[in-house]
Amino acid sequence: MSVQQRDAAIVGIHEFPSRDVEGELSPLQIKAQSASKALADAGLTWSDVDGIYDAGEGGASGLTIAEYFGLSPTVIDTTNVGGSSYQFHAAHARRAIAASKARVALLTYGSTAHSNVSRIGTGGRGMGGYPADNLESFAGLTLIANYAMCARRHMFEFGTTSEQLAEISVATRCHAMRNPDAVRAMEDLEFLDIRETTVDDVVNSRMIADPLHLLECCMISDGGGAVIIAAPDVARDCRHKPVWILGTGEATKYPEGGADITSSAAVQSGPIGFGEAGVGPDEMDIAMIYDSFSITVLTILEDLGFCPKGEGGHWVEGGRLRFDRPSEGPALNTDGGGLSSNHPGMRGIFLLIEAARQLRGESTAQVEGAKLAVAHGNGGMLGSRHSAGTVVLGGD
Amino acid sequence: MTEPTRPLPNFEESDTAPFWEGTRDRQLRFQRCNDCDTVIFHPRRHCVGCLGHDLIWHDASGQGTVYSYSIVRQSYHPFFRQHVPYVVAWVDLDEGPRLLSNVVGIGDPSSDVHCGMAVRVEWEPHGDYAIPLFRPL
Repeated sequence: MSVQQRDAAIVGIHEFPSRDVEGELSPLQIKAQSASKALADAGLTWSDVDGIYDAGEGGASGLTIAEYFGLSPTVIDTTNVGGSSYQFHAAHARRAIAASKARVALLTYGSTAHSNVSRIGTGGRGMGGYPADNLESFAGLTLIANYAMCARRHMFEFGTTSEQLAEISVATRCHAMRNPDAVRAMEDLEFLDIRETTVDDVVNSRMIADPLHLLECCMISDGGGAVIIAAPDVARDCRHKPVWILGTGEATKYPEGGADITSSAAVQSGPIGFGEAGVGPDEMDIAMIYDSFSITVLTILEDLGFCPKGEGGHWVEGGRLRFDRPSEGPALNTDGGGLSSNHPGMRGIFLLIEAARQLRGESTAQVEGAKLAVAHGNGGMLGSRHSAGTVVLGGD
Repeated sequence: MTEPTRPLPNFEESDTAPFWEGTRDRQLRFQRCNDCDTVIFHPRRHCVGCLGHDLIWHDASGQGTVYSYSIVRQSYHPFFRQHVPYVVAWVDLDEGPRLLSNVVGIGDPSSDVHCGMAVRVEWEPHGDYAIPLFRPL
């Protein structure tokens, strides 16, 4: 194993607890509340922050986000690649800290998608303004149908079944039922019959866009969170043990003649991230993988090398991804995921937060002695243009 | 109250206008680089295979195969919600480009569409222009 670089660590985390703010808070207010709680979690304060990472989803820009927080950062990064923006931010923050351009980086997220009644999955809107949209928007492709086309092709090429895809929904719901915030989220969002689910429950739920069923689709919540990333000397004095960023990878992928939509940009970002970390997928205790839909996780598990391409369906069978089967492979989305805990539109920050909880030993579905985690975000649309951000994390 | 209509493209958008111009003659156009033969789709002004800008427009035969598809059963779009269930598909034209479109002219979408199915373009007129949809061969 190569020598790991421990240039930067997650030292503070906060997940905004409510998934339904009933229109009484703005995304920026959620971001600021989360930032102050994450700083308190780290034992730091506003004036310690010299790097701001922001996807612009709250309405502030690179020009105004520092003003809203009342900060004077020397590094400002407004990368927005969709839901995986926070994996990109973590990668960039680590590089800025390693280059001594920043010592304490603040990543925040806030959204009121539920209060706004945003039809993210079924509204049928395009990406807006990109020339290719002008050739695609007439077809009425919903976001869910976009992902469903990946699932359909995966089934066609590899014989993957709906029952196999359902395993992902079942595992995340199992974890959600142990997370009081996730249970309250499902109550607040008026989920019916809130309990652990079976494969039959999932495949018998309503079809939204063939072959994806209702219980294979993430919720639309309000929410947000914050992550503090700091230099090693800062991290040593923080309240919690550091969670080290060991490796990162970034990539995008887009439609082309002959492109294979059963593989994602994770094929590119994964080896870069794992290579830099000097560890492999088989060593991961925790897999925090963006579960917008069941097929997103299955595709990315294969792409990251947990199993060969096309074998993911068989590989996930039998509850392998549950937190209480650590000998069989990584525990998946132990907070309950976007499927059953929190998805306000851009879930990437929660992947970092729950991975950090696991490596601190604080998860509600804790894997005993968890040492290594991968947080992989997928932004945009898996079946067309999307981004991939891989972050490999290690305990102290 | 006016009937909701299919969302139409901006027929004059700079990169894609020549494609839509072709639909006035019911031609399904794509670009190929005159220097390196790379097929370019969606349309642009530059080659992505070499540093050239000499892109030639070609007319596709209109025949292709369904690469993948989904049956949309829930949509909140004012037009498409009236048409569920309907089929969206990535269609691979025989000449190489991959188009997003609808498969029409089928009975039960649950049984009458599959990956690898041969299809041919069918035009839906909108004024002088037309939208390329696909129908089983």
